[in-house]
Amino acid sequence: MGEIYTNNYVIVAIFLFLGVLLPVATVSIIGPMLRPKKPTAEKQTTYESGNIPVGDSWVRFNVKYYIFALLFVIFDVETLFLYPWAVAYKELGLFALVEMVIFICLLVVGLIYAWRKKVLEWN
Amino acid sequence: MRDLLQQTPSLGNALWFFLAAVVLLVILLGFVTYAIYFERKVIGWMQARIGPNRVGPLGLLQTVADVAKLLIKEDTRPKHADKALYALAPILAYAPAFAVLAVLPFTETLQFADLGIGILYYIALSGITVLGVITAGWASNNKYSLIGGLRSAAQMISYEVPLVMSVVGVVLMTGSMNLREIVLAQQDMWNFIPQFLGFAVFLVAAQAELNRTPFDLPEAESELVGGYHVEYSGFRFAMFMLAEYVYMFGMGAMVTILFFGGWLPIHPALSFIPGIVWFAVKLLLYVFLQFWLRATMPRPRVDQLMSFAWKVLLPVALLNILITAVVISYQSGMI
Repeated sequence: MGEIYTNNYVIVAIFLFLGVLLPVATVSIIGPMLRPKKPTAEKQTTYESGNIPVGDSWVRFNVKYYIFALLFVIFDVETLFLYPWAVAYKELGLFALVEMVIFICLLVVGLIYAWRKKVLEWN
Repeated sequence: MRDLLQQTPSLGNALWFFLAAVVLLVILLGFVTYAIYFERKVIGWMQARIGPNRVGPLGLLQTVADVAKLLIKEDTRPKHADKALYALAPILAYAPAFAVLAVLPFTETLQFADLGIGILYYIALSGITVLGVITAGWASNNKYSLIGGLRSAAQMISYEVPLVMSVVGVVLMTGSMNLREIVLAQQDMWNFIPQFLGFAVFLVAAQAELNRTPFDLPEAESELVGGYHVEYSGFRFAMFMLAEYVYMFGMGAMVTILFFGGWLPIHPALSFIPGIVWFAVKLLLYVFLQFWLRATMPRPRVDQLMSFAWKVLLPVALLNILITAVVISYQSGMI
């Protein structure tokens, strides 16, 4: 049993290594041998539809994105709690059902609150 | 493959796994090459055009030529970009796309890692790609990139929630998160019939996760030029494209495994056809669906997109979980 466990994660590590290796090898090792490198100041300007870029792009952005990120954290963690429940559901029986209905209802209240506060609107 | 998994871990075995993974990578690159070719060809036919037909017989070498071109193009980095993050972003986008393939069972015997938490592994790693996209958008120091990257991140995290929730129904029915066991539990009936609601939510949310039409707002050419990868050229750009198509492969495999019985044949009488063929046919049908949608669907507005995820898909996914749970309890006589 322990062997399968280790082997599985050896494979995962190999896949991650290969996943990093391909971009690094093609961009940083093989690429420079094949491609030209003649940088000029014009080439290295930021693209802005042909105009000279106005100001910096690193500015404060809309707070909407932050609220969506918060909602995501709440609901994604909720789903993580649902998974172990789903796996063990057949063994746990009615108790698990009632408990999860309560849990989901609490989160639906949160969703309705966000809905009513017009957080889900995009403008 | 499964025999090797049972053995004591050793360097020799790790080398075998490595070689097998390289073989998969080569197959994958072939898949991506011809997925792009057929995408252009199929959409061409659907729009009464011919599509690529110049490079090689029937244009079959078109994508190969495109990749070669990208490889020998100069790699330009804007002077105002954040150097480190600019270099990191393509790796962040691509590496998880390949790593998620480690858990997919292609047939009963052909599988890399047999993780008990297969679904969670897939979801957790595929979430990292959002970071690559937002990093690319931010590091480029370009206004189009920043807007594209932020939009993309908002879209991907919004649709990830219903995507993850729609799978809970499948886990409820199987009682396991192991992808192999999920396929084996579909011997009698494929999951897309009892889990129809979950399947519908998954299909729509997957489309948004893949940034494919109709949810291709992050790359909306008509308003954002190219989205988060405007400033990328050469092979760094190719890595973003590659990640997109590798995810298409991964998502197709997930749909096949979760809802269409993986390597199982349509009818037991047809089981003389090898499982890998069934798997490939189902996966390719999903890929074809992508091309079909791209030739058919218009793009929604940003506001429609975001409210659809939270106001329609999320409640439907929750409803699906409740219905599934109640039906399972009813069947086992608990209610």
